[in-house]
Amino acid sequence: MNTVGLHHFLILSAVLFGIGLFGIFLNRKNVIVLLMSIELILLAVNINFVTFSSYLADPGGQIFTFFVLTVAAAEAAIGLAILVTLFRNRATINVEEVASLHG
Amino acid sequence: MDMLADLVFYLFAAVLLMAALGVVTVRNPVHSVLLLVLAFFSSSALFVLLGAEFLAAILVMVYMGAVAMLFLFVVMMLDIDFDLLRRGARDHLPVGIAVGGLVLFELVVLVAGVRLDPSHAHPGAGLAHSNVSEIGRVLYSTYIYPFEISSIILLVALVGAVVLTARKRSDQKRQSICEQVARTRDQAVELKKVASGQGA
Repeated sequence: MNTVGLHHFLILSAVLFGIGLFGIFLNRKNVIVLLMSIELILLAVNINFVTFSSYLADPGGQIFTFFVLTVAAAEAAIGLAILVTLFRNRATINVEEVASLHG
Repeated sequence: MDMLADLVFYLFAAVLLMAALGVVTVRNPVHSVLLLVLAFFSSSALFVLLGAEFLAAILVMVYMGAVAMLFLFVVMMLDIDFDLLRRGARDHLPVGIAVGGLVLFELVVLVAGVRLDPSHAHPGAGLAHSNVSEIGRVLYSTYIYPFEISSIILLVALVGAVVLTARKRSDQKRQSICEQVARTRDQAVELKKVASGQGA
């Protein structure tokens, strides 16, 4: 077994990305789990950024991860607020039943 | 990296992947949120391993402390029939595996081609100062405008979330300050002539 290096982290983040994508397809009715899958995908991207930042000795990647975290937190807050409003008005969070804008 | 670091990597990587798989597959969404917290914790340990202590702390505070708890509140607050939402999930399983596997394959092919200069063999080797001071130095000089813009994004998200979820409730009495201030003496006090012996 060779020692842990750059590629181990990159493969790990690739697998995590795949799991997040798989989750989006598996739970495509449930908005809460959809949002959590998106969080997993963003986490995979962040691991990639931090890995390259660390191995290239450039703090820019960590700064970018910082901004990704900021936007992800805002996205989660807004997404859940929309979810609460949706549930209050329609009593469901099923994506397939929300088609009011459908012509 | 030495043997111990390898062991830590494999341990936390395994926990991270198991937790992530659990997030998307378990039936109960409360368990799903708790597994998400576990996944964030494992990845913050991996960040420490990579020498990014500041981001590890931020991940624990912002994600485990705020975002995951937000998910937990919403899951517990809304009375949702989750079994109904899971119905038919098995039909999407092949498509999910196919697309996830395809993207994973592409990423692995891409990653296998990555070659770095051997002088960067050790994580964090080129950084002269501690991780936090290095990030602070760059964040408040080179990236000061993105930093300010991100504060505006957070403000907009804050106001947006409040506006979306605030509602008027008909079952509660609320104070109306402008009505109170606009009230005059004529509306409030009335003088009546009461005949002697007629008053209550």
